[in-house]
Amino acid sequence: MRRFFTLLHREVSHYLHQPLAYVVLFFFLLLTGFNFQAGVAALNRETGQTSIVEAFFNTVLFWFPFVLIFPLLTMRLFSEEYKMGTIETLMTAPVRDGQVVLAKFFGAFIFYLVLWAPSVLYFVIFQWVTGQNAAGAIGSYLGAYSMIILIGLFYLSIGCLASALTQNQIVAAVMAFALICMMFFVSLLSFLFLNASPALRELTYYFSTIEHMADYSRGIFDTRPVVFYLSMTAFTLFLTFHIFQYRRWKT
Amino acid sequence: MIKVENLTKRYGSVTAVDGIAFEVGKGEIMGFLGPNGAGKSTTMRMLACYLPPTSGRAEVAGCDVFSDSLRAREHIGYMPENVPLPQDMRVSEYLRFRAALKGVPGRRIKERLSDVYDLCGLGEVERKMIGALSKGYRQRVGLADAMIHEPELLILDEPTIGLDPNQIRQVRELIKNLRSHHTILLSTHILSEVEMTCSRVIIINKGRIEALDTPENLRARLSAGGEATLEIRVSDPAATAAKLKAVSGVKNCSHQRLGEWTRFTMKIEGDPRESLHALAVAEKWPVRELARKGATLEQVFVEVTHAEEG
Ligand SMILES: Nc1ncnc2c1ncn2[C@@H]1O[C@H](COP(=O)(O)OP(=O)(O)OP(=O)(O)O)[C@@H](O)[C@H]1O
Ligand SMILES: [Mg+2]
Repeated sequence: MRRFFTLLHREVSHYLHQPLAYVVLFFFLLLTGFNFQAGVAALNRETGQTSIVEAFFNTVLFWFPFVLIFPLLTMRLFSEEYKMGTIETLMTAPVRDGQVVLAKFFGAFIFYLVLWAPSVLYFVIFQWVTGQNAAGAIGSYLGAYSMIILIGLFYLSIGCLASALTQNQIVAAVMAFALICMMFFVSLLSFLFLNASPALRELTYYFSTIEHMADYSRGIFDTRPVVFYLSMTAFTLFLTFHIFQYRRWKT
Repeated sequence: MIKVENLTKRYGSVTAVDGIAFEVGKGEIMGFLGPNGAGKSTTMRMLACYLPPTSGRAEVAGCDVFSDSLRAREHIGYMPENVPLPQDMRVSEYLRFRAALKGVPGRRIKERLSDVYDLCGLGEVERKMIGALSKGYRQRVGLADAMIHEPELLILDEPTIGLDPNQIRQVRELIKNLRSHHTILLSTHILSEVEMTCSRVIIINKGRIEALDTPENLRARLSAGGEATLEIRVSDPAATAAKLKAVSGVKNCSHQRLGEWTRFTMKIEGDPRESLHALAVAEKWPVRELARKGATLEQVFVEVTHAEEG
């Protein structure tokens, strides 16, 4: 366990040592801040049924930076170590392959949480300044942020997988981006089948990230997305582990 | 400490290591020699548990490198060829991370760090970024990393490449001093280094072991092929060369004029110096040098590794 935390610490501090992390953080805050501002402006013009929280988490302005950050956060995880050859010193230390994969994954996850932390402030400041509630109920916050965590886990694991496949960071980023977009487009399918049979809609709901977010940010909880994202994350990490091992063994 | 049986490694159709077997005892310093692409690094990677063997087995400190690799790795300090290091960490930060990773207890890390700083001369760069270090210092960081957890076995792949002559000497001294506590397997292309430090030598070529013995025995094998030089003042070198060649034990003779003097270089068998001296006295040649050189490890190396090509 101590080895795992040593590795985890190294992964997190690696992010904090890199300019890329700060660039991502800066632009992410800029875009989400802009998104928040746009949401507030829209609601100022017309009062609707939606709350700020709902508006924030369900626009193109939210999804666009959202899918972009995953490749950027994960592309170097394994690729850089392959390229620099540091994988050789790492794997000749007494650490298990699984420990390395999990440490890299959770390191990225911790940085992902850091990325999201400031956004909580938007809502706090909004309430403080306007004296109004940003969300219909506290459940909206919980829902939206637990969805951020669940989707984040899954998409970060896809990024890990892509990075474990190649020593080229750009290739890893493009692969991760393509895979995440694919998963995301599958979630649009449910809009194609709006009038389809209930059974089919049931099925498409399983994959519909957009609908998951829409529901959760309204404070409507459902266990299906939880099962979906957690099991997909576990499966992707399992694949990553095997690819990581295989890459070393086949040479 | 190391036990290798019939170890083989294939990369696709290339057989990099072809059924080698050897043993290294505790406290030995084993030199690993061979031309480029002979399979030295591949063998070391397998012993360091980085690459799995295609077939055969290897054991380090009683642990199989494949089935019990985690425990085997705890006994090994490995310094890879080219010393891969992260660029964006400070030397002290990196070594602290490596120490923790290799299971050095927290309260001992400080002590171990200052030990390896002293041993490897890293004191003045401990706050520097690794990316900003010169090649030689990176090499030292790699060496420090290999030793940080006091492993019983050190596997060093070309540890002195890129170091300045003072450092090479220091590393050599260091390696000699480590002998009391560690077993060392080291590969190198510097043959004099092997002669000075290693208790035994493996010469490997095209994935096969061509020779395995102490440096003395290897040289003795070729002692037939020594060389003698004689520097005398004569007027007719060609005629003198013919006379020298007639001495028993001299196989061939070449000469070179050095002003008034002539230097004769002879390939010899055994030790014909006494007869050469007697001849010089009989012929009344003024002599200023008569010397014999036994076979060097370099000659052994060339002989062994070119055997099938020559
Ligand atoms: N990853 C790899 N994939 C394919 N072939 C490889 C790989 N690594 C090494 N080889 C091949 O294996 C053989 C042995 O290489 P190795 O690196 O062990 O040589 P070496 O003795 O260390 O040489 P050098 O003195 O140049 O370091 C070479 O023919 C090399 O081309
Ligand atoms: Mg090599």
